[in-house]
Amino acid sequence: MKPEQIASIAHLARLSMDEAEIPRYQESLTSILSFVGDLERAQTEDVSPMAHPLPGLVQRLRPDVATETDAHERYQANAPQVAASLYLVPKVIE
Amino acid sequence: MSLHTLSLAQLAAGLRTGEFSSVELTRTLLARIEAHQPQLNALISVTGPSAMQAAAVADGVLASGGGGPLTGIPMVHKDIFCTDGVRTTCASRMLDNFVAPYDATVVAKLKAEGMVMLGKANMDEFAMGSSNETSYFGAVHNPWNPLLVPGGSSGGSAAVVAARLAPLATATDTGGSIRQPAALCGITGLKPTYGRVSRYGMIAFASSLDQGGTLTASAEDAALVLRAMAGFDPRDSTSVDKPVPDYVAGLEQPLAGLKIGLLKEFFEKGLDPDNERRVRAALAVYEGLGARLIEVSVPNLALSVPAYYVVAPAECSSNLARFDGVRFGHRAKDPKDLMDLYKRSRGEGFGAEVKRRIMTGTYVLSAGYYDAFYIKAQKVRRLIANEFDQAFTQVDVLMGPTTPTVAFELGSKTSDPITMYLNDIYTIGANLAGLPAMSIPCGFVQNLPVGLQIIGRHFAEERLLSVAHAYQRETDWHTRVPPGYE
Amino acid sequence: MNNETWETVIGLEVHAQLATKSKIFSGSPTAYGAPPNSQANLVDLGYPGVLPVLNEAAVGMAVKFGLAIAATITPVSVFARKNYFYPDLPKGYQISQYELPIVAKGHMDIVLEDGTVKRIGITRAHLEEDAGKSMHEGLGAFSGIDLNRAGTPLIEIVSEPDMRSAKEAVAYLKKIHTLVRYLEICDGNMQEGSFRCDANVSVRRRGTEKFGTRAEIKNLNSFRFVEKAIHYEVARQIDIIESGGRVLQETRLYDPDKGETRSMRSKEEANDYRYFPDPDLLPVAVDAAFIAGVRRSLPELPDEKAARFAATFGLSAYDAAVLTASRDLGDYFEAVVKQIPQDPKLAANWVMGELAAALNRDGIDIGQSKLNAMRLAGLLNRLLDGTISGKIAKEVFEAMWATGVDADSVIAEKGLKQISDPAAIEQAIDAVIAKSPGQLADYRAGKDKLFGYFVGQVMKATGGKANPAQLNELLKRKLAG
Repeated sequence: MKPEQIASIAHLARLSMDEAEIPRYQESLTSILSFVGDLERAQTEDVSPMAHPLPGLVQRLRPDVATETDAHERYQANAPQVAASLYLVPKVIE
Repeated sequence: MSLHTLSLAQLAAGLRTGEFSSVELTRTLLARIEAHQPQLNALISVTGPSAMQAAAVADGVLASGGGGPLTGIPMVHKDIFCTDGVRTTCASRMLDNFVAPYDATVVAKLKAEGMVMLGKANMDEFAMGSSNETSYFGAVHNPWNPLLVPGGSSGGSAAVVAARLAPLATATDTGGSIRQPAALCGITGLKPTYGRVSRYGMIAFASSLDQGGTLTASAEDAALVLRAMAGFDPRDSTSVDKPVPDYVAGLEQPLAGLKIGLLKEFFEKGLDPDNERRVRAALAVYEGLGARLIEVSVPNLALSVPAYYVVAPAECSSNLARFDGVRFGHRAKDPKDLMDLYKRSRGEGFGAEVKRRIMTGTYVLSAGYYDAFYIKAQKVRRLIANEFDQAFTQVDVLMGPTTPTVAFELGSKTSDPITMYLNDIYTIGANLAGLPAMSIPCGFVQNLPVGLQIIGRHFAEERLLSVAHAYQRETDWHTRVPPGYE
Repeated sequence: MNNETWETVIGLEVHAQLATKSKIFSGSPTAYGAPPNSQANLVDLGYPGVLPVLNEAAVGMAVKFGLAIAATITPVSVFARKNYFYPDLPKGYQISQYELPIVAKGHMDIVLEDGTVKRIGITRAHLEEDAGKSMHEGLGAFSGIDLNRAGTPLIEIVSEPDMRSAKEAVAYLKKIHTLVRYLEICDGNMQEGSFRCDANVSVRRRGTEKFGTRAEIKNLNSFRFVEKAIHYEVARQIDIIESGGRVLQETRLYDPDKGETRSMRSKEEANDYRYFPDPDLLPVAVDAAFIAGVRRSLPELPDEKAARFAATFGLSAYDAAVLTASRDLGDYFEAVVKQIPQDPKLAANWVMGELAAALNRDGIDIGQSKLNAMRLAGLLNRLLDGTISGKIAKEVFEAMWATGVDADSVIAEKGLKQISDPAAIEQAIDAVIAKSPGQLADYRAGKDKLFGYFVGQVMKATGGKANPAQLNELLKRKLAG
């Protein structure tokens, strides 16, 4: 893995990454990915991907009823910055 | 009498007859926790006052003739379960001061049974790790030898139970995080079938692999707790709507005729010969009880590790995206813009292992790599699951070692890559295939515990527990307490 | 801009909020306009440990839409995570559908101005959750996030790039708008954001097969804006190419004040969404019985209704289309015709004419009309039976609209009954002739136009109530001498 790749992955994942950290991640990602490369040798032509471990299950449907009530004060007790019941972030320009 | 070594059934009996009260029991265990916390660092939060309150309430319920088999019995939750009004950190700086505004379903269920929560157990950060060395709150030490790791990610939970600080600790298992610490700490760990226990409120690491389970001294205790924990939850779409059997009633099922599969791949190179000897001795006990040992194979088992190292990071990279410093959790000081807010909050909030897995996951899902990695891994997953199904057409359960060696030194990170790899190879398959699995103590090597792993078919927890229980009726490894904790 | 040289290619993406009571993956209410963050529960907020559970009505509505556009319903569809970071997206991913959407290929026919019918392909329609809202004004150095909208169910409808002009695009959009309201799956309120449109616009030299680079235009919350934005964008792109430049593939925002599109800063970088099936949700199975049930609940669709109106009531395709623009309007019209089956054209004219004008003036929908179908029919009956003339009828209508009173009461109160008694009309004619000798002479000398003068005078004298047909006949005779 090249340093630019590490930097771009870190950016996609919104993780701060300074120059000094890059080599460490380069090393670990490279080694993980090299043994992940073993997957290539598996014979999977007739096999479909398995997203869920239990076969044959389908999504349950919930009745369309509004069951929740306003608890925003309790939830916003955890918020780092709130004003007028809005969650605040540095201003975004669109 | 030592309250702290009683089984759940014995505790229930004592509480019911009034031999001791929940308040007394709770006080005793809180004192033990306080005494041993400096050595073990097994807990992140101790909830003394509310525990005493809950104990008093439980005593009232019991006195009026109410309550059930778990009422008034103290326990600990792995700090990955949301507990209403109580700090829930996932052992991360990201959630250092996060007070959960709701109870996980597992928490609510055990609360409804009248259990008394003593605190939240330490763990690897966001459940990523197999030695409990990545916690923001410091490593956990193995009660059998404080220089050694207890295993992970549920290291704190395992240390609590091994040191008899509480008879029950809840835990989670994504790639072996219940079973491996159980083996390294000499206790009984149970990872149920995927979908058996609700994941609602269990902070997600890898959604299609995570499952909540138990760490207890015995299979008997595990059965009691699983009966209360398991069941359909409408709030979890992956929760399976299947009736919960009475696991306690099913414990005494006779063993004769049991076909035990020995996975060829479990006994290949890398397994420590002494460990192997203990495991084979355990298998001999089963033969003595009338079971038959049959060799089976999951030919692609070795690929379970690379498959896991694609799927788990992929899912976790997405699951952890919600930690952005906006609505809860760590926020960097004075962010200069939105990008800075995200990057520094997450960069500061997450430890190195978590970041490594997020990076890996982001990479394997990214454009150009998705088919080669993620899709391929999910196909290999199906291959392995099919092979397990095949094996189960010939046998009733699979058995083998839980870990290749006994507990290793803190800080050693077991530099031998083969051992690290094999650490995972025994346990990961069950997660990929969603199968229930247990680890029970089966002896010692150099005075350190060895675990025997038992894997069953989907929803065969009853069988697993009765098979484990049969062994624990014949042996007493599960009653051994680490020196200094008797 | 030379239409001979350049061809416009447009595809539209519509996001329609489904009119469910609760959100797609949580039990939070979906009502518009609630105080900030009062309708965002733990699931909507993306709290640690929470999980999504699918709303059955959202599935039913998606299937309903699919059936109405003659699309294939995917028997097992999958929810996927679309991963990106934005403050109004609490989980850091949007639950959407990617490779296996619940609705596959369908189509929608539009009627162009010249009456021709064009079939617009619909590539797919899928279910997904809406994001929250960001407020950028009035908070100083901050933006404020309201997550009430986060988790509201959306159906995203993607058209093929089949449209070739802004007019076609608007016609298609209006048709989709009509359809979702007919199906009662969306209230279509563009101001409130429950019906949103993004336009993908590109140009190419006529005759080329390859599509040009397209720009995606967002923030089009009225039909007018859609038309204007497309015109602006087409001109902009042609300008760039003709000056030797290349059109960038980008997202642009329509600025209604300036009437132009501009590049969106925050979405400039290409996003790698890293779609993968959401492990917290299982595949959505829709079986034949479910589909049959939804099919049974389908109302008569706009095209079917328009065809029926045209055939049954002898209306033109155009009139039929206007009268079926909304279910309420079509129902109203039919209720009127039921009362005056002998003259559906009259009913059509009045509904599309006077009634539409009054609704427009008051800024209300047919559903809020002060004049119900029975009342209108009552008025038209008086017209048909000769009690009042057409002109008087308009006066009566306005009075009915203003006071809420029925036709007969207005006619009686204001004494607006038509005068159809020949003797009375003759009397009025005689009086006018008597006072207009000059005009009489001129008329008899050949100035036919003066007929209108006499008609006007008699109408004036009779307060407009003279029966026009009788007046005409009697006047002709009398003027002839």
